[in-house]
Amino acid sequence: MFRIDSVSKSYADEPALDGVSLTIAPGETTVLIGPSGSGKSTLFGLLTGLLKPDAGIVYFCERDISRGSLRELRQRIGYVIQDGGLFPHLTGRANVSLMATCLRWPKSNIESRIDELLELTRLSAQVLDRYPAEMSGGQRQRVALVRALMLEADVLLLDEPLGALDPIVRAELQQELAKIFRRLRKTVVLITHDLGEAAFFADRIVLLRHGRVVQTGSIDDLLGSPADDFVRQFVHAQQMTGVRS
Amino acid sequence: MAGSALAVEPVRVGSKAFTESVILGELATQLCNNAGVTTIHRSQLGGTRILWDALLAGQIDIYPEYTGTIIQELIPGTPQNTPAIKAALQQRGIGMTRPLGFNDTYALGVPEALARQLNLHSISDLRGQPRLRFGFSNEFLNRKDGWPVVQTIYALPQTNVTGLDHDLAYRAVSSGSIDVIDLYSTDAEIDFYHLRVLDDDRHVFPAYEAVYLYRLDLRDRAPAVIKAIARLEGAIDAPHMIEMNASSKLQKVPEAKVASQFLAEQLHVKTTPQVDGMTAQLLLRTREHLLLVGISLAGSIILAIPLGVFAFLWPRVGQIILAVVAVIYTIPSLALLVFMIPLLGIGTLPAIIALFLYGLLPIVRNTHAGLSGIAPSLRESAIVLGLSPSARLLKIELPLASPSILAGIKTTAVINVGMATIGALIGAGGYGQPILTGIRLADNRLILLGAIPAAVLALVVQGGFGLLEKWVVPRGLRIKSRG
Repeated sequence: MFRIDSVSKSYADEPALDGVSLTIAPGETTVLIGPSGSGKSTLFGLLTGLLKPDAGIVYFCERDISRGSLRELRQRIGYVIQDGGLFPHLTGRANVSLMATCLRWPKSNIESRIDELLELTRLSAQVLDRYPAEMSGGQRQRVALVRALMLEADVLLLDEPLGALDPIVRAELQQELAKIFRRLRKTVVLITHDLGEAAFFADRIVLLRHGRVVQTGSIDDLLGSPADDFVRQFVHAQQMTGVRS
Repeated sequence: MAGSALAVEPVRVGSKAFTESVILGELATQLCNNAGVTTIHRSQLGGTRILWDALLAGQIDIYPEYTGTIIQELIPGTPQNTPAIKAALQQRGIGMTRPLGFNDTYALGVPEALARQLNLHSISDLRGQPRLRFGFSNEFLNRKDGWPVVQTIYALPQTNVTGLDHDLAYRAVSSGSIDVIDLYSTDAEIDFYHLRVLDDDRHVFPAYEAVYLYRLDLRDRAPAVIKAIARLEGAIDAPHMIEMNASSKLQKVPEAKVASQFLAEQLHVKTTPQVDGMTAQLLLRTREHLLLVGISLAGSIILAIPLGVFAFLWPRVGQIILAVVAVIYTIPSLALLVFMIPLLGIGTLPAIIALFLYGLLPIVRNTHAGLSGIAPSLRESAIVLGLSPSARLLKIELPLASPSILAGIKTTAVINVGMATIGALIGAGGYGQPILTGIRLADNRLILLGAIPAAVLALVVQGGFGLLEKWVVPRGLRIKSRG
């Protein structure tokens, strides 16, 4: 789905990504993990076209995203960030239907698509009539997910989608997200700094450090055959905090 | 105000913002009307520069001036004789009447009782009284044609000379703490404080003969007017001018009545002075003020919001835009009005343009700040969602910036309500008119007649925007987050 070919990006001479090559296979859930400053968010910026690589090329469906319409690309991407990124001046419903309305979808199509997604995310229709400020954290993330899925995106990009939630809500939503991903069979790229969460979702984990890919593979690969000392330490440190049960 | 459906434009008489000028303007206006020419009086239009520019630009047709001012300020370098002055004026399309009969120049005054006791009639008589205490306005004290030249030419020995405010000087001399003050020879206070004006026997002070200046094109447009004002040539002597100044300034008789009374008694001309009642005046001023504020504010909003958006979208040009509107804001209002007279004349239009220009800064700046202050995560969400730049601006960014933009509009509106009072200086009316008259006549009631409604209007505007906020700012931005 995405192919990243020896991409580098630096901010004021500070390299954020340093010659990264990576393929994101369709239908799979890929989790980007690594300590802060490892380049996860920069990678997201490149996938969405918010950032331009200094060197290298990002392909989407084998097309260089720096050529052609970014807007078309983005309409095929569903994007959810830590606090949802909902627009505070719009109700949940207006947030969700914003893009479809701009694309002049017929009203009935919008309504039926929303109903479908409410069912999928187990969200009540009433919540959609509230403003983001009137929703709980979990509700905001669900509404954001509905917005991301509205246009039948091919790829879901989720940047720490559970990061701002308290542990109970977080555990609950984690289960549901996994169910939703399985049901949709979409390509998912998810950023987290939590190895437990990565293990829970990932078909494949990509561990980053200092702008480079340190290791790619399943959680068992990371645990069983760590590529270097850093991977060993990273895995160990996360286990010590007891997140992975 | 002008604008009635007449075939011929009315003749416009202007006057400066002090009592004598307003009375002279009123005298000319009433005489012209009496001669059958529709004439309006744009009274107290500010200072010499505004009147002169307005006359040259054809915004007014006639105004009272002083020969000394013409020589010193309007056409510097003109020789001090009538043919030379007339010739210089004629080159500019301006005519001048013969002197009206009084000379409003600098003079020295002494309390009548003291003058009688010491037998003082002329400035020369002061030479024999070295112990007299002098109190002069700071301007007179320092002007080349003021105290320095008087002291030299009359060889005055006095050393006790203090500088003080002109209005305070009258009180000081009446309370006996000083003995000699400078004055304008037709000041109303001369009689009131029983002062004797000392004769300038060495002719130190230049002549400030009162005359009317008028546009020469009146000869074709309204010849009757020139004949009418010529009736005032030599008709007003100093005692009569002092008396008229006194009845207006000290007895608070409206200038129109003062002028009408003089015309009836001296020229046997019957006129009907137009004096507005308080309610009528308040209504008129309110209407004028709302017009100034409303139109200028609407214009500011229409231009400033796009400018703010532009400044946000193109930061480099934006810096220039922000700098330019800030510089405009720092131009002193009177200077801006004077600059605009040659282009736009006097009256409502230049006042509205000035207010409009001043109103740009708060709105441009708040629009720019509101847009710049949007959280990067929201901005990015809008981009990644796939919205077009225009949809992003209209549906996301402007609504998110709306509280800030509205606050900017509110600031401009409240500032405009106060600032619009200066419109009176160039004949735009509004609450500034009674304030200006009140200051001139030292009449606090009149000042309050302008100041109180202006303050009330500012509060109403403030409150109105509070209500507007509920309507304009999206509800989602006004509720507090549940966290």
